[in-house]
Amino acid sequence: MSEQKIIEIEVLRYLPESDEKPRSEIYKVPFTDDMSVLQGVQYVKDNFDGSLTFRWSCRMAICGSCGMMINGIPKLACETFIRDYYPKRITVEALANFPIEKDMVVDLSGFIEKLEAIQPYIIPKEPRTVEEGEHIQTPAQFAEYIQFTSCINCTLCYAACPQVGLNPDFIGPGALALLHRYNMDSRDGGQTQRMELAASEEGVYNCSAVGYCSEVCPKKVDPGNAVNINKINAAKDYFLRFLSPKGGAK
Amino acid sequence: MSKRRPYVRPMDGWWKKNPYYVEYMVHEGTALFVAAYAIVLTFGLVRLSQGEAAWNGWLEAMKSPLSIIFHLVLLAAIVYHAFTWFKLFPLTTPPVVLNGKKVEPELIVRGGWAAAIGATVVSFVIVWGLA
Repeated sequence: MSEQKIIEIEVLRYLPESDEKPRSEIYKVPFTDDMSVLQGVQYVKDNFDGSLTFRWSCRMAICGSCGMMINGIPKLACETFIRDYYPKRITVEALANFPIEKDMVVDLSGFIEKLEAIQPYIIPKEPRTVEEGEHIQTPAQFAEYIQFTSCINCTLCYAACPQVGLNPDFIGPGALALLHRYNMDSRDGGQTQRMELAASEEGVYNCSAVGYCSEVCPKKVDPGNAVNINKINAAKDYFLRFLSPKGGAK
Repeated sequence: MSKRRPYVRPMDGWWKKNPYYVEYMVHEGTALFVAAYAIVLTFGLVRLSQGEAAWNGWLEAMKSPLSIIFHLVLLAAIVYHAFTWFKLFPLTTPPVVLNGKKVEPELIVRGGWAAAIGATVVSFVIVWGLA
């Protein structure tokens, strides 16, 4: 048997009851080549310090719970492997741009409020009874929004976006990508309500096209593209209202 | 009583923390060089409106070694700005669909470069044609 390999994992710890501010702690973790960073921090919790707190669930990059800053980059810990960092030290920190509750657990309530605000569900164009049957959608209409349905709300894009860090009120890439997803759905009639939010002070114009959100997205949603398309859409709404007979009044 | 005490990390020096942000800041910074060149050209236009002597003076000033070095710096900065700007094309443009298929991001970037190089060649041909 080959010698047991050991990796150093440096964790940014924050215990609100005893720590004034976050501090680093280094753990020496034995690992095998099939171990993820999530398994690494689980090893720390099981063997060194049971108070280490982090979110996780599915272990297969679909639940979006285990987002962390790994060596400064927002990643899902379950699909990031220790072997790719060995023999260098791995640093693990709570997702950036969110307040830290404890260790790697961040306060997501702001994100949840933004998600609610964009009305992430289909608002039917007109009421439809069961007797009238299902909504028909062509493959081309489906293709318009399918990419944006892949979002798993992992909030890596928020941790990647400096504008979210500088202005916590910015609706942010993930929620705006979902706003775009429903606006692009041929069955949906909620565009007017959602575009009001997209064009608002908290909306798309906070984005300065850094583009890192799309880079870190584990599901290739390309939220940055959704945000930037809606800058164009919001600008169109603004200028076209001068051409409409009611001048934009509802 | 709640034991909650959420800690907000400071944003000081955020752009130095990731090479991606550094590139973004340099990209935004090089926009100032684009603006500087626009000012140089506008000033030339003002001198042109002031008559032949003023215009010739401006042309002479443009030929000075200091001006040539300044222009080389501007050229380098503007080429970098263009390079990083085209890189952002797939992020900022709505999806382009050709024959029912979404055009690859790489192709959109190349399209930007083709347009820029095309415009440069046309400008040179016109200027040399007039000279």
